[in-house]
Amino acid sequence: MSRRMNHGSLLIIIPAYNEQASIGEVIRQTNQALPGVPVLVIDDGSADATAAMARSAGARVLSLPHHLGLGGAVQAGYKLAFELGYDYVIRIDGDGQHDPRDIPKLLDTLQATGCQMVIGSRYMDGAANYTSFLRRLGVNFFRAVLRPILGKPVRDPTSGFVGVNREALLVFSRSFPLEYPEIEALVVLQRRAFRFEEVPVRVRPRIAGRSSITAVKSVYYILHVLLGVLVNILKFERRRWRR
Amino acid sequence: MERLLNAMTVLSLVLILLVLRSLRRAHIRVEYSVSWLGAATAVLVLSRWHKALDWLGLRLGIQDAALALVFTVGCLFLIVFYRFSIVISHLKDANISLAQRVAILEFHLQSLHENKEKIGISS
Repeated sequence: MSRRMNHGSLLIIIPAYNEQASIGEVIRQTNQALPGVPVLVIDDGSADATAAMARSAGARVLSLPHHLGLGGAVQAGYKLAFELGYDYVIRIDGDGQHDPRDIPKLLDTLQATGCQMVIGSRYMDGAANYTSFLRRLGVNFFRAVLRPILGKPVRDPTSGFVGVNREALLVFSRSFPLEYPEIEALVVLQRRAFRFEEVPVRVRPRIAGRSSITAVKSVYYILHVLLGVLVNILKFERRRWRR
Repeated sequence: MERLLNAMTVLSLVLILLVLRSLRRAHIRVEYSVSWLGAATAVLVLSRWHKALDWLGLRLGIQDAALALVFTVGCLFLIVFYRFSIVISHLKDANISLAQRVAILEFHLQSLHENKEKIGISS
């Protein structure tokens, strides 16, 4: 690293499900970019050697007894990080699409602005190269939906490259969306008057594997997320009325 | 119409027997059998009690008593399905929390073992 950084109490978490082909390389790159920063892989009940590959690459592994889905895996990581007393947690994907050299940018923003959540955005410096047309269409749709709810624009609401501070950790440890969590998590934070920021990050092709969101699943994804957003708004409004 | 009502009677009896058999073999828990038994008993009673069925048909605006029974059966089973959706959702939430807790406890245990080994090696 070109400059000395204050990592504070930072944990990198990587939720992984059947990522044996890429997880080792992602961990090695993370260790190179941030030597000494602990890396926790949450193995979401993989049927392959993901956990073993992660351990041999130098990460600690939180092994879930069975497959919970992305939200359940990420929340398990947040719960553990909160219990262990970490102040900041940054999540990257296990497929190698996120460049760990961008992690310091997210951490800097969390520390400098005091916001509760920072999103590594793929669309801030022009369109990302490695996202499909359908995905970009979906992102644009959710940008439009979220704009009035969040009160400010969000460029990449579906990004899995996310950093949170301890306040957000506490909230997410108690309540976190289980499927397709990124967009709902934003609404959960906004309802608690938390702030989020975005920083531009690089996107690379996957080291291995394919996206789990197919064309058919994307329709379910949109409906599921829209319903989740609506439910979160209603929950919050009900609580506000009760007060 | 009578044939449909007879079929409903047989169906409800089969359902009651099936649920009781599952209960005896511990394939279904008592608290989850109540909804099925309640719904099946209601269908059995209505399919044999024509006066009640006629009254129900009149209230629902359905002239054919058998159709009124089919409609009632549909409603009853929708309620049962809804109840089980709630039960399944609660169970899923509990299952996720438990799985996370088990994994976290295992992680702490592993860390303790590693620390013990480190201390053992250094001393």
